[in-house]
Amino acid sequence: MNAFRTVALAAFCLAAAPALAETTLSIGMQQEPTSLDPTADATASIDGMLVLNVYETLTAVNEPGEVLPGLAKSWTVSPDGLVYDFALHSGVTFHDGTTFDATDVKFSFDRAMAENSVNPSKSIWAPIASVEVIAPDAIRITLKQMDGFFLFNLAQGDASIVAPESADNNATKPTGTGPFAFAGWTRGDRVVLTKNPAWRDAATVSIDRVEFRFISEPAAAAAAMLSEEIDAFPGFPAPEMLVQFEADPRFNVVVGSTEGEVILAMNNSAEHLKDIRVRRAISHAIDRAAIIDGAMYGKAQPIGSFFPPHHVSYVDLTGVYPHDVAKAKALLAEAGVTAPELLLRVPPFPYATRSAEIIQGQLADAGITVKIENVEWGFWLDEVFKKKSYDLSIIAHTSPNDLGNFARGPDYFYGYDNPEFTKLWDAIKFEADPVKRDALLKDAQRMVTDQAVHGFLFQLPKLGVYRKGVTGFWDSSPVLYQPLANVAKVN
Amino acid sequence: MTLLILRRFIGFILTLLAISAAVFFVMNVLPGDPAMVILGIDSTDDARAALREQLGLNAPVIWRYFQWLGDAVQGDFGTSYSFRVPVAGLIAERLPMTLALAGLATGLTVVLALVLGVYAATHHGRAGDWAVMAFSQLGIAIPAFWLSMLLVILFAVTLRWLPPGGFPGWDDPVAALRALILPATALALVQSAVLARVTRSAMLEVMRQTYVRTATATGLSPARVMWRHALPNALVPIVTIIGMQVANLVTGTIVIENVFYLPGLGRLVFQAISNRDLITVQAMVTLFAAIVVTANFIVDLAYLWIDPRLRSRQ
Repeated sequence: MNAFRTVALAAFCLAAAPALAETTLSIGMQQEPTSLDPTADATASIDGMLVLNVYETLTAVNEPGEVLPGLAKSWTVSPDGLVYDFALHSGVTFHDGTTFDATDVKFSFDRAMAENSVNPSKSIWAPIASVEVIAPDAIRITLKQMDGFFLFNLAQGDASIVAPESADNNATKPTGTGPFAFAGWTRGDRVVLTKNPAWRDAATVSIDRVEFRFISEPAAAAAAMLSEEIDAFPGFPAPEMLVQFEADPRFNVVVGSTEGEVILAMNNSAEHLKDIRVRRAISHAIDRAAIIDGAMYGKAQPIGSFFPPHHVSYVDLTGVYPHDVAKAKALLAEAGVTAPELLLRVPPFPYATRSAEIIQGQLADAGITVKIENVEWGFWLDEVFKKKSYDLSIIAHTSPNDLGNFARGPDYFYGYDNPEFTKLWDAIKFEADPVKRDALLKDAQRMVTDQAVHGFLFQLPKLGVYRKGVTGFWDSSPVLYQPLANVAKVN
Repeated sequence: MTLLILRRFIGFILTLLAISAAVFFVMNVLPGDPAMVILGIDSTDDARAALREQLGLNAPVIWRYFQWLGDAVQGDFGTSYSFRVPVAGLIAERLPMTLALAGLATGLTVVLALVLGVYAATHHGRAGDWAVMAFSQLGIAIPAFWLSMLLVILFAVTLRWLPPGGFPGWDDPVAALRALILPATALALVQSAVLARVTRSAMLEVMRQTYVRTATATGLSPARVMWRHALPNALVPIVTIIGMQVANLVTGTIVIENVFYLPGLGRLVFQAISNRDLITVQAMVTLFAAIVVTANFIVDLAYLWIDPRLRSRQ
C-alpha cells in the first residue's frame, strides 16, 4: 500500500507545480464499512466517503436536492416519460486507466438488474425495460412505466458506474472515474484518497489527499477534534459536546438536516396498535419538545409526519396531535384498552436509546406501560424488521423519498395496510407535473398523520464540527454522500 | 515433564474444539442474517437470497461447521462474509498491534505492581502502605473506559504530549510506541491495582517466615533480603494472578481499542459480531481462547521454574 501511495504521490507531484505544499484533509467518520463497494453493500459510510469522490453516477444531486448532470452531461426525456437519452462525457477514464464509455453504463446497470445481483437497492432498476448503447457517448434507457424518481435514483451510490475490468475488486480496491482516486485502506484505522489529476474539473479541486479516520466512540471523536488530529467531523456523534465546540474559536459548528425521519414505529398489526384510537392516544402522549431536548440536546427539528422539513412539499403537521395526556387517556378508554403493556425494542443508535426512556416516561403518564429492550442491530433487523416481533421501536428512515414505505403493504414491518395510500403513492410516482405532484405529496403526508401510523418525532440533524478554515462541506444532506471536490482547507 | 506437556496439549485441543463448536452454534441461533446486515432494509428478497447463496449460507449448520473445521485444521480459516477477504489475513494485519499493546500493558502492570506491592509490604501499616492500598482500591473501582478518557483529556487534549488515538503503523516505530503509551497505561493502571494487592499480601505472608528472619540475621541488606529471598517465594500467587489477567487483557483491548480507535483485534471482533460475520468471529474467539489457554500453560510451566519442589514431584 505504501508503494502505491508513493506512486500516486509521485504522479501528483509531476503534475502539479513543485513549489506547492500538499494539502491533506483529515475527516472523522463514526462508522467503518467492511466493504468499499456501494453497489453490493448498504453501509451508509461507503457512500459517505466514496460516491462522487471516487465513484461517479450518471446524474448527481446537489445540496438542495436538485438533480444535476454527472457522467451524463445532458439528457432528454420523451413526452410519455418512458425514453431517456443520455449524452455522456467523453475522454473520461477510470482510475486504473481504462476508458469510460456507454458500454460501462450498460455493464453497471445490467449487473445491478441481473437475477443474481446483490445490489442493495435493486428496486431502482425495477421500472427499466431496456438499456441500449447508441454510441460510445450516448445511452438510451427505456422504462416500462413512468417513474418520477428515476433521475434522482440514478444519482444514488447504488447506481455508481463501474467498469467490467475492476468491478469485482471494488470491495477492497474501489475504482471509479471521480475527482479522487483510492490510495489505501488500513482496516480499523483509515481510508486514504488522492486527487485524480485527470478528472475533468481537476483544476477546481484544492485538496490533494483525503484521509478518512474511523472513530466510533463519541468521547474519542470529541478528543480527536479538540487535539486537532481531525479537520472535519461531518457526522459528529456527540451532540452533548457541541456547546463546548461552539464556544471554542478554533471550530465551526454546523447544525443541518438529513433525510432521516426519526419515528416511534408502531406495529400496526399488533394487538392493541391495530386500533387507530390507541395509536392516536400514543401520538397525544408523546411530548416532542421534551424528547428533542432530552435526547438531542435541542438540536433537531420536530416533525408531524414522515417528510423532511427542508423539502419544498413539506407541510407542517406537528400540531395535529398536541401533547395532551388527558386526551390520550380518553382515547384509550374509548378504545376499551386498560393499562396496556407494550414492548419497545430499541436499536443501538444514540438517538434511539436516548429517546426510549423519555418516551417510556411519557407513555407511563398516559397509563401505558412500556417495556424497553435494547437490542443489537443484527437482532433488530431480524426480529423487528423481518419478523415484526415488536410493538414499538425507534428508528430513523434515512433514505430520500421514502414516504413510499407506507405503500409497501402489510408484510412490511409497519404492518400497515392501506390500499388508498398505495393508490396515492402510485399517482405521485407517475405524476410529471410538479404542481400536481406537490399537492399529492402533501395529501400523502396528511394521510399517514391522520392514520397515526407512527409517532412522528424529529428529523435527524446533521451535526458537523469543522476546524476554522475548512469550507465547502454540505450543511444538510439530501443524499448519503458528501462530495469533496469543492471542499477547501486554509491553515 | 513431557507427560505434563502432553496432557496440557490434549486439553488445549479439546478446549479449542469445544469453544469453536459453542461459538458456531450460538452464532447460528442468534437472530440476525448476515445478508440483511450487509444489504440493509431497502434490499429486495431476491438480492438477499443471491448474497446468501454467494456466501454459502444455505447449507445446513452442522455441515458448515464440519466444513469450517476441516479447512481450519489445514490452516484455512475461510473468507470473511462482510470483508470478503481471507480471515487469516484480516487477523494477521491486526495481530501485531494488539500483541504489542497487550505486551506493553502486561510489562507495565508487572513492573508497577511489583514495585508498589513490595513497597507497601515493606512499609506495612505506614503512610506508604496506605497510599498504595488507596491507589489500588481506586484502580479496581475505576472503569478502564473512564480512565482512558481522563488520560486523553490530560495528555492529548491539554498537554498535547501524546496523540489522542489512532495508530500510524510500524513504519515509524517511535510514533507507533507513542500511540500505544496511553492505551497501555489505561489497561495497566487498572490491572496493576489488583496485582499490587496480591503482591503485597503474598509478601507479607512470606516476610513472616523464619528463613527471611535468618537471611536478615546473616547481615544481608534489607533490599537484598526482599528481592533475593522474599520475593521469589511470594511469586506463585503473583504469577497465578498474572495468568488470569491475560484473559482480562484480551477483553480489555476490545474496550480500549474502541476508545483509542486502534486498528486491533478487539475492534475487529466487535465489528464482526455486529455484522454477523460468523466466520470471522469463529476464528477470533478460537484465537482468543488459544491465547488464554496458552497463557495458563505458561503459568504452569512458570510454577515449575519458580518452585523447585514442584519439579521434583513430577
